[in-house]
Amino acid sequence: MFLTDYIKDVTGALKSLATGMKRTLYYFTHHKEIITEQYPDNRATLVMADRFKGEVVMPHDEKNEHRCTGCTACELACPNGTIKVVTKFDITPEGKKKKAIDKLVYHLELCTMCNLCVQACPSDAIKMAQTFEHSVFDRSKLTKILNNPGSKIMEGVE
Amino acid sequence: MYRETEILQQTSPGIIGETGEFTINVGPQHPATHGVLHLVITLSGETIKKVEPHLGYIHRSIEKMCESLNYRQFIYVTSRMDYLSAHINNHACALCVEKGLQIEVPPRAQVIRILMDELTRVASHELWWGAMAMDLGAFTPFFHAFRERESINEIMEETCGARLTMNYIAPGGVVQDLHPDFQRRVKEFLKLYKRKIHEYDELVTGNIIFQNRMKGIGMLSAKDAISYGVTGPAARGSNVSSDIRKIQPYEIYDKLEFDEVLETGCDSFARYMVRIREMQQSIRIIEQLIDNIPEGDFQAKTKAVLKLPKGEFYTRVETARGELGVYIVSEGGTTPYRIKFRSPGFSNLSVLDHIARGSKIGDLVAMMGTLDLVIPDIDR
Repeated sequence: MFLTDYIKDVTGALKSLATGMKRTLYYFTHHKEIITEQYPDNRATLVMADRFKGEVVMPHDEKNEHRCTGCTACELACPNGTIKVVTKFDITPEGKKKKAIDKLVYHLELCTMCNLCVQACPSDAIKMAQTFEHSVFDRSKLTKILNNPGSKIMEGVE
Repeated sequence: MYRETEILQQTSPGIIGETGEFTINVGPQHPATHGVLHLVITLSGETIKKVEPHLGYIHRSIEKMCESLNYRQFIYVTSRMDYLSAHINNHACALCVEKGLQIEVPPRAQVIRILMDELTRVASHELWWGAMAMDLGAFTPFFHAFRERESINEIMEETCGARLTMNYIAPGGVVQDLHPDFQRRVKEFLKLYKRKIHEYDELVTGNIIFQNRMKGIGMLSAKDAISYGVTGPAARGSNVSSDIRKIQPYEIYDKLEFDEVLETGCDSFARYMVRIREMQQSIRIIEQLIDNIPEGDFQAKTKAVLKLPKGEFYTRVETARGELGVYIVSEGGTTPYRIKFRSPGFSNLSVLDHIARGSKIGDLVAMMGTLDLVIPDIDR
């Protein structure tokens, strides 16, 4: 009685191990089922999802114009103090003073990609870019100014 | 001040005292603790006499941080608590704010939220399954689990814009509408999952070494599970009904067909089986909803600045690890006066000492694995 139980245990155990090994061997011989991406080598063909939140950028058109009015909605919406809007006063051709952005400082090192600033923006001036390779050798390089030098606001954006 | 040596002397005078007991440290940096959990274990030979968790290595004071953030901003911080069910954490917070403001969430948003919740739950359990097998020395299952998890992560990346800390929920609904490809991708995932799920049983569940290391280890009776406040799969393995989706349904969970998974084994293997079967229930929920997403708005109309009325609000949801409660005290301002999170990991960790006493040191990692501890959730 004891012997039959013992043999049953041993055969059952061996069978369960063989089942697992069969699965492992299956993948050893079926290379098409492997889905690993060879990341640094496939940079040229790698396509990120279009909603992927990589970093905040400010799109400019070909005339070097952006849509930012300097309303600081993004600065208020940001939970980490990532964005600082520095405003200046432009003189319009009619001689009036008009508020505009001097620079929009973006601290990538503080950003958690929560997307709240992009949602808060009333004029769609900023958006999320799909870049994700952000490592640099110096921390100060992570502080970016989003508007291009010499850029100004697009016509008709209030 | 906090001194390691003083604590060691208090817990056991002399490293090896007169009784022959000695103390060892597991963690805070240890491959089996899945994070910075520090366990001070008192041993007598190989037998565990006492397990003392030391917390606080990854405490970021999320509750205090939330007091300075407004009701739209504080939701994103909670992704960092239990990062494996980040979406469900966000869901709990949004539900609490909506309860205070009495916002009616559109049906489309409710369905989207539940779909994402269940996808998150499957992804979380899959990671747990891989890590659990790795704790016991099997390395291959980890890669098998991550294959399925990867396809969920891709769905998340496409619709929410991030793989782990989604921040897809805003008070009143969800941030963006579903990606046009969402339904097709989820159906592909369901097909893949059904084709591969039998591998889980072949590789791990039926394995004799695994079964011998899990059965009869870490016994937790139903009475103890209730008195320690254990929730989630850990409690359901001891036949304690604790599924918030059934007890106190939120969103449209009361209209969905799914079973609360209960096991009567009370041991590590029962807790393991609960999670394996719970994945299939989540798949069942996704199958019911994926073709029936109602049309309409994905977000209710809300004011730009949210102000909760004066009072106290509490909601609870079922995360992949158990019951998550969000308690907000509002003074009527734009920021909460006080926030408290009742995290499942903290209560589940408290029972570790109870179930580990008297068993062998080699089984400790198996017991810890079945409790599915996420350390940032414990410390917050």
